[in-house]
Amino acid sequence: MSATVKVLERRPLSFLQRTYLPGVLAGMRTTLRHMVAPKITMEYPEQRPPIPSGYRGVPTLVKDPHGREKCVSCQLCEFVCPPKAIRIAPGAIDATGPNAHVEKAPKEFEIDMLRCIYCGLCQEVCPEEAIWLQNIYSLSGYARADFVHKKEKLYELGGTLPDRHHKWDKKKAAEEAGNAH
Amino acid sequence: MRIRAIRGLPFLMSQLPNPDLVTVNIDGRDIAVPKGTNMIEAAALLGIEVPHFCYHPKLTVSGNCRMCLVEMGLPAVDPATKQPVMDAATGKQRVNWMPKPQIACFTNATPGLHIRTTTPQIKEAREGVMEFLLVNHPLDCPICDQAGECKLQEQAADYGRGFSRFIEPKNVKPKRTELGPRVTLDDERCILCSRCIRFTKEIAKQDVLGFVDRGSYSTLTCYPGRELNHNYSLNTVDICPVGALTSTDFRFKMRVWFLKTTPSIDTESSVGANTELWAREGVIYRITPRRNDEVNDTWMPDSGRLLYKQVAAGNRLKQALVNGQLASFEEAIAAAVALLKPESSELGARNSAPAAVASSNQQSPIENRKSIAAAAAPTANPQSTLRTPQSRVALVASGRQSVEEQYLTRKFSAALGAVRTDLVGRVGQGDELLVSADRNPNVRGALVTGLLKEYPKTELTALGAAIDAGSVTTVIAFGEDLASAGLTAGLTAGQLAKIALIEVGTHSTGATAGAKVVLPAFTVFEKRGSFINQQFRLQKFQAAVPGPAQASDDLAILSALLAGISGTSLASADVDSVWAELAKQVPVLAGLTWSAIPATGKLLDGSDWSTLPFVEGETLHFKPAAGASK
Repeated sequence: MSATVKVLERRPLSFLQRTYLPGVLAGMRTTLRHMVAPKITMEYPEQRPPIPSGYRGVPTLVKDPHGREKCVSCQLCEFVCPPKAIRIAPGAIDATGPNAHVEKAPKEFEIDMLRCIYCGLCQEVCPEEAIWLQNIYSLSGYARADFVHKKEKLYELGGTLPDRHHKWDKKKAAEEAGNAH
Repeated sequence: MRIRAIRGLPFLMSQLPNPDLVTVNIDGRDIAVPKGTNMIEAAALLGIEVPHFCYHPKLTVSGNCRMCLVEMGLPAVDPATKQPVMDAATGKQRVNWMPKPQIACFTNATPGLHIRTTTPQIKEAREGVMEFLLVNHPLDCPICDQAGECKLQEQAADYGRGFSRFIEPKNVKPKRTELGPRVTLDDERCILCSRCIRFTKEIAKQDVLGFVDRGSYSTLTCYPGRELNHNYSLNTVDICPVGALTSTDFRFKMRVWFLKTTPSIDTESSVGANTELWAREGVIYRITPRRNDEVNDTWMPDSGRLLYKQVAAGNRLKQALVNGQLASFEEAIAAAVALLKPESSELGARNSAPAAVASSNQQSPIENRKSIAAAAAPTANPQSTLRTPQSRVALVASGRQSVEEQYLTRKFSAALGAVRTDLVGRVGQGDELLVSADRNPNVRGALVTGLLKEYPKTELTALGAAIDAGSVTTVIAFGEDLASAGLTAGLTAGQLAKIALIEVGTHSTGATAGAKVVLPAFTVFEKRGSFINQQFRLQKFQAAVPGPAQASDDLAILSALLAGISGTSLASADVDSVWAELAKQVPVLAGLTWSAIPATGKLLDGSDWSTLPFVEGETLHFKPAAGASK
């Protein structure tokens, strides 16, 4: 082994280098340049950076413009979730309510944010466009339980999704109109 | 005559010199099948799937879904001479192919029949059928409970066009119709296969379903004023190829792809219908039938499907009790042993009882059988009462215990020198299909293991008389409610007050409050074991979910009690070690192990018990006289 070791002689410092002045001046130059350059830091958390579209932040549940929860608890997100962060208890919709024709909605829906890896597969797999990863990126809490988002919290974070299809309204209209032929 | 679609059967059949075998050709491959075999089944033997919706192996053929279209040809015969027409190019008999496709389900195997399932014409035919089926089928798979086990979903992916050309509005039909107490119908999803109609007519014999209106207005409905309420209504849900018929109980509970299946046995009667338990993370969500052509075909009663609810029932026993106080398993066993052990003055006499059983282990099977019977019926044998003249313990065993538990109960009874061993008979009305008159799943197990010698009675009046006479002061009951045993009379409150009761069971009963010791046990869904059904068919069941943390397997309870009584160290009592003994001790089980019991069960020789007054009437695949002595 010793035969392969190549000893490199350290070059001796010049006089100028031994005064440290070139190093000090180079450092001062960098500092001075940043004093006049445009700022690249910000006063987080008072200031927040703009989030690019398509950013994968905290997963949330959304409602349609009529306030109907879009999720029908098909449990595909629960199935696809790699860290098994999602838990859904499906349930039936009240048969006398205005959304009875949708039949199914989650009774309970929870996402464990300590497990979530923000991969976005839940959003990708959702056939009802009900679960969205939004631009929320910082979560804080005092207990582990604070990070298990229940249904109410998920809808609170999610808000309303502008809907162009209104497929369930069409379904209801068809049901009320009866047979087409 | 129909054959089962089992891999390896063609090889077996080709080895048999059966004159009824005919050779058919499917996709260029010859196979010998019994004459008249349905061509869908014949293709399945070769591993070729002929897609179908309306065909069901246990129902008549209706041929209305048109999904199983195949090309069909017969060997050419000269009309004039009746001589085979040979093809000069191949040297074989020429095949006359029919110009249009035919349905495979309505075609029976005839000599030289040729079918082709992979030609462009067939591919196009299937795409056409799929397209028409999907024209009016709603796209609500995210909501539909059938998703994941839907034939339409699977076959749309396998044989469909892959895109829709239909832009018109879809048909509107009744949704969320309650057909009966347990079945909900969504007519929009119905593809009009008529399986449910044929089932209710042919198997359940309650012809209440039918189609009304014509063409695209065709709607499945119930006869006016009637409802689908017979005890087999949920089988229509099983056979529905789409999500039109759904179980009201299982509706919107869990997607099927999360559920794991475990083979089990229906415990509600001695039919022993084979079942499958669907569970996720320790919770059972539903029970469905498991096909066994010798027992239940592909059916099971609705009543048996709800039995899983007993796992999480409110009156479930979860903790051992001594005198009504919470106790550990060890404390409860010690308290039970203290109650069961005769006074020390009779110690010598008592010890002779287990010794007699132990010595019988070395005897030949024939002698064994006698000694088992003698040990099992101490009251019938004056010797046994002489051995322990002061024993005041009686056992109440159960026809719901597994074979293994009954065997250990017999050993336990012998070790105790019990005054009497009763087994509570349950007699109900048989429905001539899959619920028999004997509502115990395992009375024959008690007979085979020697726990019982006589046919069980439905009341405990003899035990009650013994209590009144003072010859019984301690009773240990295994899974039975002594206050209202079986379907008829149990013990009176006065009799219960006179005895020290030790209860081993899964749920609290009328007698639990007064019991001195309560040992919580597992339900049939939480343990493995075996039952012997009315045909003397030994069938095994497996554990689907873990039992309550503080409850114990019945075998563990029995072996702990046995160890306490006989003073030996605790022997490991799992199903396999009990079977090692069973195979030696019980002649009809000789050479068997639990793991060797086939999934469809093993028929035992029940001729020794053919003279007993079994209460079962005729049911599916069972005739009392012939079945009992088979």
